[in-house]
Amino acid sequence: MRKLLTALLLLAALALGAFWAVTRPRPLAADALAGLVPDAAHGEQVFWAGGCAACHADAEAKGDQKLILAGGQRFASPFGTFVAPNISNDPNAGIGAWSDLDLANAMVRGVSPEGEHYYPVFPYASYAKATLQDIVDLRAYLATLPADPTPSAPHEVGFPFNIRLSLGGWKFLFLDDGWVVTGDLTPAETRGRYLAEALGHCGECHTPRGTLGGMDRGRWFAGGPVPGGKGNFPNITPAKLTWSEADIVEYLTSGFTPDYDSAGGHMALVVENTAHLPAGDRAAIAAYLKKVPPAE
Amino acid sequence: MRNVLSLIAAAMLACGPALAEDLADPEEILTARHGYMLMMAMNLAPLGAMAKGEVPYDAVAAGRAASSLAALASVDSSMLWVPGTENGVLDDSSALPEIISNADDRAVKFAALKTASDAMATAAGTDLASLQGAMKGVGEACSGCHKPYRKSE
Amino acid sequence: MKKFLAGLTVAAIALAGAATAQDAPFAREIKARQGIMVYRSIQLGVLGGMAKGEIEYDAEAAQKAADNLAAAVTIDASMLWPMGSDNSANPASTALAKMWEDGAGIGDKARAMNEAATAMQAAAGTGLDGLKTAMGPLGEACSGCHKAFRVPTN
Repeated sequence: MRKLLTALLLLAALALGAFWAVTRPRPLAADALAGLVPDAAHGEQVFWAGGCAACHADAEAKGDQKLILAGGQRFASPFGTFVAPNISNDPNAGIGAWSDLDLANAMVRGVSPEGEHYYPVFPYASYAKATLQDIVDLRAYLATLPADPTPSAPHEVGFPFNIRLSLGGWKFLFLDDGWVVTGDLTPAETRGRYLAEALGHCGECHTPRGTLGGMDRGRWFAGGPVPGGKGNFPNITPAKLTWSEADIVEYLTSGFTPDYDSAGGHMALVVENTAHLPAGDRAAIAAYLKKVPPAE
Repeated sequence: MRNVLSLIAAAMLACGPALAEDLADPEEILTARHGYMLMMAMNLAPLGAMAKGEVPYDAVAAGRAASSLAALASVDSSMLWVPGTENGVLDDSSALPEIISNADDRAVKFAALKTASDAMATAAGTDLASLQGAMKGVGEACSGCHKPYRKSE
Repeated sequence: MKKFLAGLTVAAIALAGAATAQDAPFAREIKARQGIMVYRSIQLGVLGGMAKGEIEYDAEAAQKAADNLAAAVTIDASMLWPMGSDNSANPASTALAKMWEDGAGIGDKARAMNEAATAMQAAAGTGLDGLKTAMGPLGEACSGCHKAFRVPTN
């Protein structure tokens, strides 16, 4: 009897250990950013390419209001409703007190300065592919933006999804910093891949998700129903997106489709970001989209 | 030589500036045309119902519907009547090919609709008798086009 | 009697246009408003084509398209947007219910569209540069509504 108990205890300890091994937050090494020199001007381009303002600024913000990253936009999902937090430069309400490493850990590892997992509604599954140089640059740019004292609202997420440690398992299953589109790519296509797969996080909406909420890399950009919402995210693989590269560039610039509908829903916010990119970057995204494997 | 010339002419035609109607897909044009017609019908419906006594006469509502109708009748719909959008090509279309080829007569019919709708816009808010009086002209203008140019059900 | 007949004719005409689309809730309203949207996009196609240089600038054609757009924008279309005619009532619609909520700002957005279309009307015939300048606010006005009140479509 005693043997059995010992065995059970051992097993439980092992399971706990395995659980901890799988689910524990994995921040970057303390010296991961050594030698990187921040460039705030380039950070502004990272800011628009990363679409920070699309979620963290007010949805109706125009012009410089887009730089007030007070959060508050709500995102419904099958797991609950998430509320974008304040990432303005305020040291208390926002992220003004963060170090470069804090931002890097948040973006590429999905780990908060307190060592907690973030929910993947924050698209670190895509940002994981961003270069640390870009993140250091972004940190420098964010530090130039206004501070806003509005406190972040809590997410409205019920059990069991409110146990953040379980997100470690999610990351174990779905965090993959390998490129989806591989093979021979031109410099423009390679740049476009970086913008679309990493910073622009296009797959977060345009790639269908499995029941546990991971992006289905085998159906990259194939679209599908909006989880927990109305309508469909469109398929933007070459099987369905038959626009010319010039058409795509125009859409990412003015929001007009080739038949003069206009960008709607959250995509309108995306266009408000891509419109700030250098023209060459928009062309690079268009070139990349043509290389995505067609999916019906 | 003639072949070369006609080739060049064909090439020039092909490269010439696109026409407005070439920009839109025939199905889309049909969607627009149906929406346009339906919107006229929806403004006509309350006027007809008042004229028939199905709903009580309401000067404000009647005036509003009639002025919308008149505004719609004065909208330029010429770009919606283009080859490729007729019945026989598109199943959903009940437009006979002649409404597209007889552009001059179509313009006459639309001008008649505008005249009748303008008269309705003046009459509808006045009183029920005026509305009823103007109804006949509008009905005639509608069927003036539907009779010759719409495929019977 | 004549009046009665005229009334009947009118009713028949009004109904004939919608006979096919009566089954689903608000089908007529949705079909009509989508048609008007496409009408606007056809006009925008002319203006945008010129702005992009795909169509040669032609002051007369540009003016005509801008006039048409302004006409289509200013016509009272409120009867096409009855409360409840959103995407949950009929998936043929891409409109979100929040469009009808108090304080959603639909009036302001419609006014912005009106102003942008009127500005285009003033600019389109005066030259290509004026047309191009007026195109930006028009795009913003389109997106202003589509962003807030439409399910993801494109």
